Amino acid sequence: MTTEAADPVEAVAVSPAADPGFLQRYGTTIEYILIPGAALVGALAVFGIFVALFGKNPLDLYFYMYQGAFGTWFSWQNTLTRAAPLILTALCTALPAQLGMVIIGGEGALLIGALSATSIALAMPWASPLVVQIAMVCAGVVGGGLWITLAGALRQYRGVNETISSLLLVYIGLAILNHLVEGAMRDPSSLNKPSTREIGAANMIGSIPGTDVHWGLVFGMVAALASYILIYHTVFGFAARVAGGNIRAARIVGLGVGKLIMTICFLAGGAAGLAGMIEVAAVQGRTNANLAAGYGFTGILVAFLARQNPLAIIPVAILLGGISASGGLLQRRLGLPDASVLVLQGIIFVFVLASDALYGRVGFLKGKS
Amino acid sequence: MDLGKISRRHLLQGSAALTLGSALGVRPAAAANTTIGFIYVGSRDDYGYNQAHAQGAAALKKMPGLKVVEEEKVPETDAVEKTIESMINLDGASLLFPTSFGYYNPHMIKMAKKFPKLRFEHCGGLWSDKDPTNAGSYFGYIDEAQYISGIVAGYSSKTGKLGFVAAKPIPQVLRNINAFTLGARLANPKATTQVIFTGDWSMPVKEAEATNSLIDQGVDVLTCHVDGPKTMVENAARRGAMVCGYHVNQSPLAPKAYLTGAEWNWEALYPKFVKMIAAGEAIPNFYRGGLKEEIVKCSPYGEAVSAEARKHADDIKAKLTEGSYTIFKGPIMDNKGKAVITAGTERGQKDPELEKMDYLVEGVIGATS
Repeated sequence: MTTEAADPVEAVAVSPAADPGFLQRYGTTIEYILIPGAALVGALAVFGIFVALFGKNPLDLYFYMYQGAFGTWFSWQNTLTRAAPLILTALCTALPAQLGMVIIGGEGALLIGALSATSIALAMPWASPLVVQIAMVCAGVVGGGLWITLAGALRQYRGVNETISSLLLVYIGLAILNHLVEGAMRDPSSLNKPSTREIGAANMIGSIPGTDVHWGLVFGMVAALASYILIYHTVFGFAARVAGGNIRAARIVGLGVGKLIMTICFLAGGAAGLAGMIEVAAVQGRTNANLAAGYGFTGILVAFLARQNPLAIIPVAILLGGISASGGLLQRRLGLPDASVLVLQGIIFVFVLASDALYGRVGFLKGKS
Repeated sequence: MDLGKISRRHLLQGSAALTLGSALGVRPAAAANTTIGFIYVGSRDDYGYNQAHAQGAAALKKMPGLKVVEEEKVPETDAVEKTIESMINLDGASLLFPTSFGYYNPHMIKMAKKFPKLRFEHCGGLWSDKDPTNAGSYFGYIDEAQYISGIVAGYSSKTGKLGFVAAKPIPQVLRNINAFTLGARLANPKATTQVIFTGDWSMPVKEAEATNSLIDQGVDVLTCHVDGPKTMVENAARRGAMVCGYHVNQSPLAPKAYLTGAEWNWEALYPKFVKMIAAGEAIPNFYRGGLKEEIVKCSPYGEAVSAEARKHADDIKAKLTEGSYTIFKGPIMDNKGKAVITAGTERGQKDPELEKMDYLVEGVIGATS
């Protein structure tokens, strides 16, 4: 960049304002960053007014939000820990969205993934930790994957609305989990908190070295990146987006829509199932009702805020992780109720959805030609 | 900003703040030398489990030299670990009360190991020698208060049919149901308790359904063991039934229908803990007690309680407070006709067998699975 600064003519030539080609090339990308950014700022401003109505100083609010989420190294770790499961559960909604499907059952796939991963770990006490961990990953992905494939199959072969069926499958998953945890798989010593036996300390996956953040974050980022490449840089992904754009046209050009639906649903559920496996292997060490902590539902919010873009899911998950990390500080310093964090999430959601109307209409981003 | 606009007013405000600051300057150093963190799983005004702890926290706020920070609705996942760390790192907490059962293992144990110089007190856990010594678990024999409620209910019921809305068939809950029923049969040997398990700690819809269904079957006195008794109390009162409360005093919700209730007495225990720490005494890692140790208490009698019932209940209450009375004294049969405590056997409150309770006594209509 120093050479450009030294040469004013060159600098003018590449400055965005002077080059219509720049906006033509990058206008859409700028839009994708600028519009959600503006929606976020707007949402924060409205939340500030809301908080001011409670007699609290909005500036204190912003300061504590920053401090609690990103202000210290500890806060960063807090934020990233909370973001880790959200990346994976968001993929459970974002991947089927490429096909135009609205899947909101990530929570169920997470629970089934956790249950499958725990079962396989308990079934192989003789194996070395690495083998157990690999088996748990496979079991988690397959368990969660089949769970969402069930919703996909109901839609493809029986015409059942996948949104409803995936949501209802959450409650079936939870019931299966409770039934097994309180019955066949119960550790008799878990008296007042029915749980399965523990998978054992040796089989746990630890934290990323130098941090408190567990490996789930890396799993999530890799999965998000892989999904992005799959959707935007492969023939399979292209076919999926074509089918998502116009399913009849896709059928006419001979795309196997059924196969696409099944595969995408399996991958989506697999991501959420992996999140469940990580909750077991990195946090809880066993399966019990604590796993139904709502990560699957927050993931839906993350996917929609990221406009179903797998890569955008990463920063959005970190943002929501930060909001939830700072929520504690808002309660403790400002005396706000826990629900205020939900209010903020709601406001952001409304702003981002409403900002959809702005794409392609922001004048200065259109370029001159 | 125009410098001229930093007016006299601002200057005056600034200098006023300065004088105030220097006048009060010595105080912050002297005050608030201990920060105590409270973590609740639900909302702290739930008329139930969490409110009982919040009342204990409120008692600490009144003591000089203490600062109390609180966070509600913290799930039983690694979120609670992060909340604990946040209270330590950002608020300087040195004594922590994570109050929900599921916080204990692995979450609080992990934090106690990470911060060996700080003190952790957990409600309900079963501390064992394997756990860190800076961690402790406390709980109360609230079945003593349930026994008193049972006596009052036995006298007050016209139909002899009592109802119990319960969360899960785990030892703590079964012990309350059994104590309530044994108490009721002291007053009316023919009394029965019909129990309905909702399956989880906070299920307002199911709790309301259970309440209605019990009343439809002729039950005229109800009690419960769920996190928030509000639903049961309000619905039962609306239907004209009488209620015995749980966790905290719910008489403000149903002044006419409220007979008595089994309450936690954390307002007495928490200041006691803090005084013990200040005096350099060690709090026993495994801390338990009932009416005698003032860890539990009974709500004041409602106007509908007869003189006969009051006399009998007061008599037993006095004996329990003295420590000269045993509730689980053989012979006790379960509701399938099997002798669970044989004649001549007395199971005192500290008997570990009672912590494993898995039966319902004779007179209870219902099943544990």
